[in-house]
Amino acid sequence: MSELDLVDGWVEPELAQEFPQLSLVHARVKVHPGPSPREVKQRLRMLADRYTGGKVVHMRQDPVPWAYRVFSRQVGIDPDTDRTPVEGVALRRLKHGGLRSENVVDDALTIAIAETGVPLIALDAECVDGDLGLRLARSGETLGDARPLSARQLVIADGQRPVAVVLGEVGEDAGVTPTTERMILCALGVKGVPRISLEEALWCAAETLYT
Amino acid sequence: MPDVLDTHVGAAAPRGTGRTVGPFALAPTTVPDERAARRTLLDQVARLESELSQLFCSTWPRTHMPRPQVAGRGGGPRLLSLEELEELRDELAGRVADARRALSDRTWVEEQNRRLIEEMLLEPERHKWVRVSHEDIGEPGCKHWHVRPRWSFIGMLMGWWRVVISSGCPLAT
Repeated sequence: MSELDLVDGWVEPELAQEFPQLSLVHARVKVHPGPSPREVKQRLRMLADRYTGGKVVHMRQDPVPWAYRVFSRQVGIDPDTDRTPVEGVALRRLKHGGLRSENVVDDALTIAIAETGVPLIALDAECVDGDLGLRLARSGETLGDARPLSARQLVIADGQRPVAVVLGEVGEDAGVTPTTERMILCALGVKGVPRISLEEALWCAAETLYT
Repeated sequence: MPDVLDTHVGAAAPRGTGRTVGPFALAPTTVPDERAARRTLLDQVARLESELSQLFCSTWPRTHMPRPQVAGRGGGPRLLSLEELEELRDELAGRVADARRALSDRTWVEEQNRRLIEEMLLEPERHKWVRVSHEDIGEPGCKHWHVRPRWSFIGMLMGWWRVVISSGCPLAT
């Protein structure tokens, strides 16, 4: 696998002032969406075997998941209702007794999130116009065509429009589809999460995609 | 001294103007800087969330404890206003206090139960038929201590009591 070209996204000044260590690191990768190869499915199984009830309960005290819980709380989300991505993966594992394989992109994200605790999203590079960054939603803006955004909501945006909600869903007009050939992996950084963790998450996802 | 005593409380007199200002001074034209207050509130929220997480982990594996929950503010992830941050901080502080009290009450009961087990082991005849489970002392599993007579009715008649410790959870079928 060649070197990943990691890019730091911009952060709107008002947001940077409120959360000085908020960051978005992203990288472009080639992708062939489709079913996961056997190695990835096996890795998911091995990952699932590492979860226990006690580990999941105590996960919220681990530094990286804890940092995202705190950030969720600070932006008005209840992390016990709207789980942070890493806790979401853990809960899915406990409910289903395993981590089901969906497709290579989702599996790569699941593996990277579970391994590092850093939330990742994938965007179709062709649908992103300009540099990616973090900003507050403006009044009347929508995610995709239909999903209205509340004013001052934290979003990941390109030069034109919001493409995803921070710690939330990706706009349907920016998400990865079976025809996507190049995608952008984005890792969100918050206070208490070192940059090396974000880089590790991106590398982990990219490595899984190229398995 | 008299000029100090004559000063009106609450009336901000512009310095160097040589005139007094009445009780209805002009409202400030600048917007107050909330940054320091917001930073303090965000730090407090982080600390309270940490305490809440610790308390949640401390309650495990107790299953009948109330779950301290603080609802989201609604509207997805967004920049909260100063009032919302204050409300959130107060609510979190309340939940932390509730959770700490509930855990403290529960651990006190568990401590009493541990003591009871000790007493049962020392003097089983004084605790006839008493049964204490692992759940009663805040431990996971199905193990329990049960004071029963040795040799059934003979033991009951003779006063031969003993503590029987169960072997744990039955195997899953």
